[in-house]
Amino acid sequence: MTNSKNNKKISQGIDWVIVWTYAVLVAIGILCIFMVEFKPGINIFQSFIAGKTNYSKQLIFTSICVVVAMFILLADSKLFTAFANMMYAFGMLLMLATFVIGKNINGSKSWIPLGGGFNLQPAEICKIFTSLALAKFLSRQETDFSKLRSQIIGGCIALSPAILSVLQNETGLALVYFSFFIVMYREGLPPALLIIGFSFAALVIATLIVDPNILALALTVIAGATIYFTKRARKRNRNLLVTIIAIWAICVSVQRFAVPYIFNNVFQCYQSTRIFSMVGKDYDCSQNKSALRRVADKEKAAKKPDDYNVRQSKIAIGSGGLIGKGFLKGTQTRGKYVPEQHTDFIFTSIGEAFGLVGSALFLGVYFFLLLRIINLAEKQRSTFSRVYAYCVASILFFHIVVNVCMTIGLFPIIGITLPLISYGGSSLLSFTILLFILVRLDADRQMVLR
Amino acid sequence: MSVFNQSRSGIIQIAFGFVFLVIIGQLVNLQVFSAKYKLAAENNAIYRKIIYPDRGIIYDRNNKSILENTIMYDLVVTPVEAKGVDTLTLCKLLNIDSIEYKRRIKEIGFRNGIVRPSVFEPLLSPEMYAGLNENMFKFPGFILSERSARSYPFSTAANVLGYIAEVDTSFLRKHKDEGYENGDYAGMTGLERYYEKVLMGKRGVKRFIRDNKSRIQGPFENGRYDTVAVAGKNLHLSLDVNLQKLGEKLMTNKVGSIVAIDPKTGGILCMVSAPTYDPNYLTGNQRRRHYGELALDPRLPLINRTVSSKYSPGSTFKTIVGVVGLTEGVITANTRIGCSGAFYGCGNGKPKCLDPGYFNFKEGIAHSCNTFFATVFKRTLDQQKFGNADSALIKFNEYAYSFGLGKRLGVDVPSEKNGNLPISSYYRKIFGRNWNSCNIISNSIGQGEVQTTIVQLANVMATIANKGYYYTPHLVDSIEGGDVYGLLDTFKIKHTTKDIPDSIFEEVQNGMQAVMEFGTGAEAKVPGIVVCGKTGTVQNSAKVDGVMTKQKDHAFFGAFAPRNNPKIAIAIICENAGFGSQSSAPIASLMIEQYIKDSIEGPVRNAKVEELAKKNLIPPMMRIAMARMDSIKQAKLNLFIQQQKEKEEEDTTEEEISIDTTDRITEKPMISKPKEGNNKKKSFTFNSAAILADDKQYYFTKKVAKA
Repeated sequence: MTNSKNNKKISQGIDWVIVWTYAVLVAIGILCIFMVEFKPGINIFQSFIAGKTNYSKQLIFTSICVVVAMFILLADSKLFTAFANMMYAFGMLLMLATFVIGKNINGSKSWIPLGGGFNLQPAEICKIFTSLALAKFLSRQETDFSKLRSQIIGGCIALSPAILSVLQNETGLALVYFSFFIVMYREGLPPALLIIGFSFAALVIATLIVDPNILALALTVIAGATIYFTKRARKRNRNLLVTIIAIWAICVSVQRFAVPYIFNNVFQCYQSTRIFSMVGKDYDCSQNKSALRRVADKEKAAKKPDDYNVRQSKIAIGSGGLIGKGFLKGTQTRGKYVPEQHTDFIFTSIGEAFGLVGSALFLGVYFFLLLRIINLAEKQRSTFSRVYAYCVASILFFHIVVNVCMTIGLFPIIGITLPLISYGGSSLLSFTILLFILVRLDADRQMVLR
Repeated sequence: MSVFNQSRSGIIQIAFGFVFLVIIGQLVNLQVFSAKYKLAAENNAIYRKIIYPDRGIIYDRNNKSILENTIMYDLVVTPVEAKGVDTLTLCKLLNIDSIEYKRRIKEIGFRNGIVRPSVFEPLLSPEMYAGLNENMFKFPGFILSERSARSYPFSTAANVLGYIAEVDTSFLRKHKDEGYENGDYAGMTGLERYYEKVLMGKRGVKRFIRDNKSRIQGPFENGRYDTVAVAGKNLHLSLDVNLQKLGEKLMTNKVGSIVAIDPKTGGILCMVSAPTYDPNYLTGNQRRRHYGELALDPRLPLINRTVSSKYSPGSTFKTIVGVVGLTEGVITANTRIGCSGAFYGCGNGKPKCLDPGYFNFKEGIAHSCNTFFATVFKRTLDQQKFGNADSALIKFNEYAYSFGLGKRLGVDVPSEKNGNLPISSYYRKIFGRNWNSCNIISNSIGQGEVQTTIVQLANVMATIANKGYYYTPHLVDSIEGGDVYGLLDTFKIKHTTKDIPDSIFEEVQNGMQAVMEFGTGAEAKVPGIVVCGKTGTVQNSAKVDGVMTKQKDHAFFGAFAPRNNPKIAIAIICENAGFGSQSSAPIASLMIEQYIKDSIEGPVRNAKVEELAKKNLIPPMMRIAMARMDSIKQAKLNLFIQQQKEKEEEDTTEEEISIDTTDRITEKPMISKPKEGNNKKKSFTFNSAAILADDKQYYFTKKVAKA
């Protein structure tokens, strides 16, 4: 094959819409970081080249990502299918390795030092491997996802990295793995599971908001009413009464014991405080076991974190108004009022500078990308590609929603980046890989085999 | 296979869409409907710096500035930059110790943050400033920042000019919509307060963007919303600063006041309230301590006695009684009334009369005959046409009101009292319905319930001098750049007395001239000037240890001069000074001479000035109170000295503290002396300073010398 033929082949079948959307988002990201770091009176061109500022570093990361993306597009799509399980195993190994050679950054021991100041967070990369592994598992001929056994295995594949991540003290990233349930739902997970999940979440939130005794009373009343109204049904089905009482017992025990236990004993003090502050309540750290342990160890007692981040983030976004203050004119951004604004809180710079209109347009771009990916997924002939595409969509969706909700006060603050926008090499790289594997797979969707 | 479960794709898409809509909903809520975030952002990031305008300058009638602005310096520190400071030198210069230094730095860091500049020592004295300025290179992180302060070049008229001070919460509540903020200064007394609106000018606002540590990042929107400060307007007074200074000198060691008015315009020529203080005492960094001293002084130097103290006017009130009697026709200028030593018209022989004789009107005034005016007063009130004493008193009061008595004149200094002209309902309560003129006979000689302020008395003199009209006494003649708020309008209204013919004023003036020539006021004569005057001696009593005790009489004197072309009308009171003729009258004489001739002529007269200035007429009651305060001070001092001696035996280098004490006890002159006031004796000195100085000053001077 000649070179020209080869080129033609590479670009053939590539979904340019996704690639362009990707490019647009990365460009927006660099501009956002520029907005955050901008100081008047500097030579903009020079500082972009110099590599000392974050936006210039992000530009370098972007060029690395372009190279990686080229490699992925050049690779054979069969490679991903073939090595999926191996890569998953490798990822898990890396995750385990952090316990041995891990480096503690910001209180979470989830980083592997690569030398030269670079650190790798396996949990970030592992999202890709897990997606591939899940796709591989679900696309197996012998897998029948309507069977409970397969569902449990699928769940295990998705949640094992999450468990390791929690053990590494990196709860935020662990939550991302729950987004695989969307994929599994698409592939036939019974909706009841999701409904139970949501009900459970509602119960937990209610526990936080409502006084425990009143909630217990309310649950009892609901159970009593159900028993009363299902008189006839109970006659036919004796087990129903037992079921109702069992559910009631579970609910009450969760509300009375499980939730307080988790908040006091499992979570760190700051995590509990953040979750409580989201529902507008104060958390008493003196009940927190880890905080107490720290005091007992005569360490510096955990400084009570307040809702400063969320408050400043809301102020920045809220002050943007309908059309915003304009590019580089955000006073909150200029004054560096929002902490971590170039990474987790990058959305605030858009909210302040471009207001509601800009934010909605920006979210529109994301939404368009998500719909486009789902659209592509449904076009796939192979289950592998489809599942993988759904994985990508779910991870992106989860990241976007949690990150944006975090900045506007709808979700507790956990360290989750805004895909392709937030400053940070590993985040950008992992999303690039995630997306371009999809683009590669999609380009080869005509290949029936697999 | 791929068709399987495909419907769920739609559900997922709808779910995605729903979540995005929730986000957009919250964004709408935050960005469109919640105004509080915009406000919070502004509070966060925009720093409004208030640019204070210069306050207006106050000039006297000869265009000498008597209240102006001066630059003072604050020592400002940015704690984070204050590394490697030569603390020892700094503490020495500021008279503090290193513990105090550390405490202040800590407190500043706690209160205002360590990256922002904060005031370390406000309003440095010139000596401190000089010392610091030379050594600033030793104190990184410290700078000297300018600020405008008030200064009184003549160190005079403290109570008239007033002072400015930081506003407190109650002030802010009262002046809610006038744009004051915490930390602002506003006029608290005197003209500073009355003309606050005019003097303060208009503040300017500069907006800056600041970052999360409150560091200024640059102007907001390139200063598009900034406003410029407009300086306060200057005031021109009718006050004559030389006259004021002479008045204050003459009133040294006396309690009382002097008001002189230009009868033609109502402009106040001098307004002395004694004891007074050096107004520069209440500027500078020792303001708080000085204020405490003044506030605790038993002689109440912070009160403006010219408008805030009410006195029975005594015999000076006889001029009014005489005018009313002549106008009502109950006597004529030639009516003679005999006095045998007391007034028997009411059967009880009161009031007594000191100077028996057989007087016509002129002689009655000249000798200040009580019987004469009691008779006139009784005749006036007992006239058949009134029917009863009620309506008679109403008529009498109408005359008195038209002289500006009994109600506030509207002088342009705050806290003016209205005086008192009792009305019939008041007497009905005391004496029942059928009260009569005999019940209130002591009013005829200005004792009783009649009360006036000294400004009112001066105004009565001005009215008599003018033969029947006056302008409301006022200090401010004009405001530079126009009287926008109409503050001076009332001073242009001519008030006339109630239908009194000139001939009657002529008679009264004859009487008052006679006072000078052969009557009680001979001391008030001025060589070459025809002065008309009237003395007054007022009995009074005060509570001493809970018992009303009779005090020495107040000495009054009211006068105007020259008779034909009156240029000055003056009223003087020396509290508890005995006869009016011995203290008040000679002071009036000197004041009139100073104003009309522009100086005191001849060694005899000048010697008199010195003699009067030296005369100590502080009421014994106050002396006792002062001595009591001083003895407490003395006891504390003794204790301190003892401790100090003990300490010195152990350690001989404790100089900081001893300097501090010297300052406090020997009453070192003001920290911030103005250019002219340097060698001027303080307007009042503690009577007991001598006692203190006797045995201790030696000790302290010794110590200072050592230091």
